Amino acid sequence: MVCLTHSLNHGSPNSHMDFLLTVSVAIRALGRNKMRAGLTVLGVVIGIAAVTTMVSIGSSAGQLVQNELQSFGTNFLFVSGKSERRNGVRQQSTPSLTESDAEAVSAELDSVLAVSPLVGTSKPVVRGNNNCQPNEMFGVGEQYLLIRAWKLQAGSFFSERDIQSGNRVCVIGHTIVRELFQTANPLGETIRVGNIPFTVVGILEKKGAGLTGQDQDNVLLLPFTTVKKRLHGSNFDDVHAIFVAAKSPGEVQTATREIELLLRDRHGIAPGAAADFEVHSSDEISKFMGTVTGIMTALLASIAGISLLVGGVGIMNIMLVSVTERTREIGIRMAVGARGRDILVQFLIESVVLSCFGGAIGMTLGVSASMGITAIINELSPGSDWPVIVSIPAAIVAMIFAAVVGMIFGLYPAWRASRLDPIDALRYE
Amino acid sequence: MSLIELNKVCKTYDLGEVKVHALLETTLNIDKGEYVALLGPSGSGKSTLMNTLGCLDRPTSGSYLLDGAEVGSMSRNARAGIRNQHLGFVFQNFNLLNRTSALDNVELPLLYGSGMSRRDRRQRAREMLELVGLGERLDHHPGQLSGGQQQRVAIARSLVNAPSILMADEPTGNLDSKTSREVIDIFKRLNEENGITIIIVTHDLGVAKHARRILVLRDGLIQTDTQSFDEAFQSLHAMETD
Ligand SMILES: Nc1ncnc2c1ncn2[C@@H]1O[C@H](COP(=O)(O)OP(=O)(O)O)[C@@H](O)[C@H]1O
Ligand SMILES: [Mg+2]
Repeated sequence: MVCLTHSLNHGSPNSHMDFLLTVSVAIRALGRNKMRAGLTVLGVVIGIAAVTTMVSIGSSAGQLVQNELQSFGTNFLFVSGKSERRNGVRQQSTPSLTESDAEAVSAELDSVLAVSPLVGTSKPVVRGNNNCQPNEMFGVGEQYLLIRAWKLQAGSFFSERDIQSGNRVCVIGHTIVRELFQTANPLGETIRVGNIPFTVVGILEKKGAGLTGQDQDNVLLLPFTTVKKRLHGSNFDDVHAIFVAAKSPGEVQTATREIELLLRDRHGIAPGAAADFEVHSSDEISKFMGTVTGIMTALLASIAGISLLVGGVGIMNIMLVSVTERTREIGIRMAVGARGRDILVQFLIESVVLSCFGGAIGMTLGVSASMGITAIINELSPGSDWPVIVSIPAAIVAMIFAAVVGMIFGLYPAWRASRLDPIDALRYE
Repeated sequence: MSLIELNKVCKTYDLGEVKVHALLETTLNIDKGEYVALLGPSGSGKSTLMNTLGCLDRPTSGSYLLDGAEVGSMSRNARAGIRNQHLGFVFQNFNLLNRTSALDNVELPLLYGSGMSRRDRRQRAREMLELVGLGERLDHHPGQLSGGQQQRVAIARSLVNAPSILMADEPTGNLDSKTSREVIDIFKRLNEENGITIIIVTHDLGVAKHARRILVLRDGLIQTDTQSFDEAFQSLHAMETD
C-alpha cells in the first residue's frame, strides 16, 4: 500500500498552477463552446482587422507619397506668380516672374544648384494621322531634367543654343512615343505642335503612374523660348513659374528664404508688403502630408479604440456568463485547495486566450484585406503601383492590444470568480 | 493536545429577518487516528459542523484549533492551503469535474501548491486510482462511471495529497447498499492501515456501526458522544419518538 500520511504543520510550498496547463485548460474550456467563443470575439476580430488593414493601407499610401516626393527630388522648389482675388473671383497668376528673375536666382544664390523657367502651353500634337494631347506640355530651360531628377532614355536634351535661338526641337515621354510613333524610332522625326513642325531630339525615361494613377509619361517638353516666341507669339520675357533645385535637401529652407529676399528686392516690394509670388518646396508638401497622416492616424486610433471597447465588453459579458455557469467547478477547485489567486489567474488567462484568438483571426483578416485592397486599387487604376506593406510592428502591437483588452475586460469576471465562497459555489445548481 | 479542538463554536446564518443557529456552542475534541461518525436528523447541523471542521467555512464565534493552529482567524488563502495539504473531502454528490477524466480529477489538488512536475503528478494520481481499485478506468469521464466508481474517484482525489484527516459528508447517500459497503471498506482500511483520522456524516446506521466513536447531533448541539453503538442508536431513536 502506498504511503499516505504525512505530518501536519509543514508550510505549504508556494508554487502556483502551471502556466501552460492553465492555458490548455482555458483552450479546452473555450473549445467546448466554439460557436459562442467565435461570436464573442467578433468585436475584437473586427477591431484588430480594422487596425491592421488601416495601418497597412496607410503605410502603403505613405510609401507612395514618399516615392512621389522622391521622384520630384527632395531638394526641389518652385516659384509661382501669386494668384489674386478680384471681386472674389480667382484670377490667373499675374505675370510677375520673368526669365531674368530665373537668371538672377541661378547666378546670385549659392544654395541653388539648378534653375529652369517654366511656361505652360496646350496645343494639339500631330504626326501624320495620329494625334495626342499631352498631360504636361511645358516650355523649360536646359536644367529642367536635373531639377526633376529625370533622365533621358535616348537622344539628348535641348542645348543652350536651342534655347537662345528658340529652335523647334522637343523631348517626348513614352506615351507620346507610343501614340504617335508606335514602333518607329522617333529620334530625328518631325511632329507638329500647334501646326508648327518640331524635331524630336530626345526620349524621356519611363516613369509609370503617379499617386492617383495619372500617366506621368504623357509629357512633351520644349525650349521655353520657342514656346513663347513660336507658340504664344509673345515678345515679353514673363514666365509662369521658376523651378529650382537646392544644392542639397538640407539647403531647401535656406534657398526658400534667399529666393524670397532676392525676388522681393528685384520686384521692389516694400518689407512687410505682400509679395507677388510664392515659393513652394517639397518640404512644405511633406509637412502637409504629415498633417494628413496625423489625422488618418487619429481617426484610425479612434476606430480601433471603439471596436476594441465593444469587443472587450463582449468578452466581459461572456466571461461573466462563463463564471456563473462554472460556479460549481470553481467551488470544487476551491474545496481541493485553489486559492482566490489561482481562480483569478485561470479566468484571466481564459479571457486573454479568447481575445488573442480573436486578435489572431483579426490580424489574418486584416492582412488579407489590405493585400486585397491594394490589389483592387492597382487593378482599378491601371499603371498605378501601390506597394503591399504588411506592417509587422502593427501586427504585434495589435496582438498586444488584444491581450490587454482580454486582460482588462476579463479582470472583473475573474475577480468575481475568485471571490466566490466555496460552500455557496459547491451548493450552486 | 488533540488534533481537532472545538471550543464553544457557534455558526449562525443571518438571513436578514431571521437568524438560523445551525451550531450552538459546540465543544469537541478529536484525536489523531480516530474514526468518528456524525449522526442526527436532517437539519441538525451535521453538514455545517463538517464544513467548519473542513475549513470550508468559518465559525461565527468560538475557537477551532486544528493541530494547534486557530482556523477562525486564518485568511482565505491559508484555509485553502490547509484544505489542500492536510484535509481530504468526500461529498454526497461526488463533486467531480464533469468533462475531465478520472485521472485529471484526481490530479486536481496537486495543481495547487504541490510544486510537483506533471509526470510526478500523473504518477501519484494513477497510484491513488489503483488504490481505490480504478486502475483500469483512468481515462473515463465521470459520466462513464457508476455512482460507486465516481465516489471512489472522489476518495482517490481526497487522498492524493496524503491528508491526515479525511472528511466525508454522507458519502454513501447516493449509493446502493453494495457499493456503500465497498466505499465504507475503503474508509475502514485507510483508518486501520494508514492511521488516517476519519470523520463521516451519515444517517445510515450500518455505516455508523464501523466507527469507533459516534456523535449524535440535534438542533445544532451534540446530544450524545459515545463509543457504544447501542447508546447512539437509543439516543437517535428517542429523538424520533419525541
Ligand atoms: N447557507 C445557509 N443559509 C441559511 N441557513 C442554512 C445554510 N446552511 C444551512 N442552513 C441551516 O442550518 C441548519 C443546519 O443545516 P445542515 O448543517 O445542512 O444540516 P444537516 O446537514 O444536518 O442536514 C438547517 O436549519 C439549515 O436550514
Ligand atoms: Mg447535510
